[in-house]
Amino acid sequence: MSEERSGAAILVECLVRQGVEFVFGYPGGAVLPIYDELFGDHRLRHILVRHEAGAAHAAEGYARSTGKPGVVLVTSGPGATNAITGIADAFMDSIPLVVITGQVATNLIGTDAFQEADTIGLTRHCTKHNYLVKDPAELAATIDEAFEIATTGRPGPVLVDIPKNVQVATAPMSDVPAQRPQRYRPRTTAAAEEIAEAIALLEKAERPIFYTGGGVINSGPRASELLRELQTLTGAPVTSTLMGLGAFPADHPEWLGMLGMHGTFEANMAMNQCDLMVNIGARFDDRVTGRLDAFSPDSTKIHIDIDRASINKVVPVDLPIVGDCATVLEQLVEVWGNRQPRDLSAWKAQIDDWRTRDSLAYPQRKGPIMPQLAVERLFALTHERDPIITTEVGQHQMWAAQYFGFVKPNRWLTSGGLGTMGYGMPAAIGAQLGNPGKLVIDIAGEASIQMNIQEMGTASQFRLPIKVFILNNEYMGMVRQWQELTYESRYSNSYSDSLPDFVALAEAYGWKGIRIEDQADLDASIQAMIDHDGPVMVDCRVSQEANCFPMIPSGAAHTEMLLYGDQVEGTMDDEAKALV
Amino acid sequence: MKIHPTESERHVLTVTVDNEAGILAKIAGLFTARGYNIDSLTVADISEDHAVSRITIVTNGPPPVIDQIMAQLDRLVPVHKVIDLTEAGPHVERELALVKVRGTGAARGEAQRIADAAGARVIDTTEESFVFELTETSDRIDSFVSQMREHGLVEAARSGVVGMMRGTEGA
Repeated sequence: MSEERSGAAILVECLVRQGVEFVFGYPGGAVLPIYDELFGDHRLRHILVRHEAGAAHAAEGYARSTGKPGVVLVTSGPGATNAITGIADAFMDSIPLVVITGQVATNLIGTDAFQEADTIGLTRHCTKHNYLVKDPAELAATIDEAFEIATTGRPGPVLVDIPKNVQVATAPMSDVPAQRPQRYRPRTTAAAEEIAEAIALLEKAERPIFYTGGGVINSGPRASELLRELQTLTGAPVTSTLMGLGAFPADHPEWLGMLGMHGTFEANMAMNQCDLMVNIGARFDDRVTGRLDAFSPDSTKIHIDIDRASINKVVPVDLPIVGDCATVLEQLVEVWGNRQPRDLSAWKAQIDDWRTRDSLAYPQRKGPIMPQLAVERLFALTHERDPIITTEVGQHQMWAAQYFGFVKPNRWLTSGGLGTMGYGMPAAIGAQLGNPGKLVIDIAGEASIQMNIQEMGTASQFRLPIKVFILNNEYMGMVRQWQELTYESRYSNSYSDSLPDFVALAEAYGWKGIRIEDQADLDASIQAMIDHDGPVMVDCRVSQEANCFPMIPSGAAHTEMLLYGDQVEGTMDDEAKALV
Repeated sequence: MKIHPTESERHVLTVTVDNEAGILAKIAGLFTARGYNIDSLTVADISEDHAVSRITIVTNGPPPVIDQIMAQLDRLVPVHKVIDLTEAGPHVERELALVKVRGTGAARGEAQRIADAAGARVIDTTEESFVFELTETSDRIDSFVSQMREHGLVEAARSGVVGMMRGTEGA
């Protein structure tokens, strides 16, 4: 059976068939036919954001916390360009999104029409794939393929640009999904020889380490379970990238903490000194490797990744395995079978020795609240409720990663690759919608939060009880920290001047506002935040001088970590300055 | 501080793609966005139903970069297959050039003699000029054009390289 439907109706029908619950969007001229189709259709819930960047980040937060694709609907021109930061963010962090953009009518394309932008051209390199649909008859198959591409292989954003006349024009739509050739078939399973070789390497390694990343999270909760199984079987310690936190429990004795620029001493030293590195779903990001020529010089490296282009991109590896993390972990667990783990006690003793450096220690002073303490208390008072944590970008993000212990996947939503300030609050909105009843907290900085502060209205409108916990040090703290380290404390434009009164702002939006100025009030105020049945913004005034340690300075090796108390103010040579 | 270039190798890649709008921009843009080089790029529809195009790219870079280029191309959704002819084994490469030369008297005769020796065809003639067509490897075209510089070269147009594996098998 097929029936003649408008492009807009076909689109909505396809979204429903795909099981979409929420559409994060903002209306405008070029999507009016779609919005009219959504009017009165209760199968989809449209979440009206206040800025299109918020729509994309909210969809990301929904996707990361639920494992389902996030859907965005925005208009042409500025609607599309505003959403691009979120699309690029999803591309870098491999988050499945399907972004529908309106476009001017096909006969107007290329004429500099009102609200026209070359959305396909603009998003070509920050989407996994994109389409301009010129015929409503192609819409159903295109939408189906967009979902397939976004969610399989290495996930990512897929954009579908639909001209306004294509939304209005009609085409037959059948009751069953459109037939289309399958042209996207990512490899998910490793070859038996690859698994055998990996097992042989794992069996004979004296100083093995698992270096895991966001790929384990993206592969689904089963991948995290299998990682724990494989760790138990082999005994190797585990470290993770920022994106992979939660795949392995932070309270496990073999957990080394996060690695990289602000990773723990033991994680970075173990990466440097290991004889076998098993990279599972991570991509040797520059924030992880530090100076490349000094990166883990004596190890044999196995790299498991679903994206072949991630393998040998920056660090050459000995055994590349292209495949899905969960599938390959399952293969490894199976082939390991009843093998006995090697005695790793010398390696563990060495690691324990590194642990005694207590690299996350920070000075507990009287006076302003230390931001690290604020995160530790937040963790202590909320962890039993299994909260979802989002962040903005900067020092607060690193402190959240360091001091909040994640024990399950999909609880930690942060902008890792692109490093997008303004990510956290809209992401919290998306996460709260996908996880009603869960405690969702955006750990923020006073600078980042202002980048998408308009989304407070979205949380109010949809009665989302998200909590925004601002570590307010009146600085773009990470910028200030780098200026200390690299530019002899010339704090060029990094002071957060003219801040709003966050408590008054919260109240203006119908939120509860709480200010914490005294350490003695910290626990009670956090409790008040948790107990309030509605959105809360907490302005937690923290030490202005606190810095994020440990730190591997720009251009340095894993072994050249700065710890709290090291002299940091100074300058650097041009080679180091040029590295990001 | 100085920026140091690295040693590079020339490679000929053939890429089979879905013939969809924007695919050329996507591939060309991939090269610019990631800082890869394009020495030449040709594209034409090769299938009966106009659904598939074959792109030949001549690039250069250090071997790990060539490997990355292959992987990056391969992960584009409309790309079916990427082959590095330079790595894959014996192959043939050809490029077509049109070369316009102006001259009279002895110079004109000399131009024609060089063209004959190079195996170029004359495809347009006036009393004072020739347009030669030469289908050859890039090296030989380089050398032909360079010789013509001495003999009244007006302009040259080149198609860029196309290539194919030798032997019975398709790519």
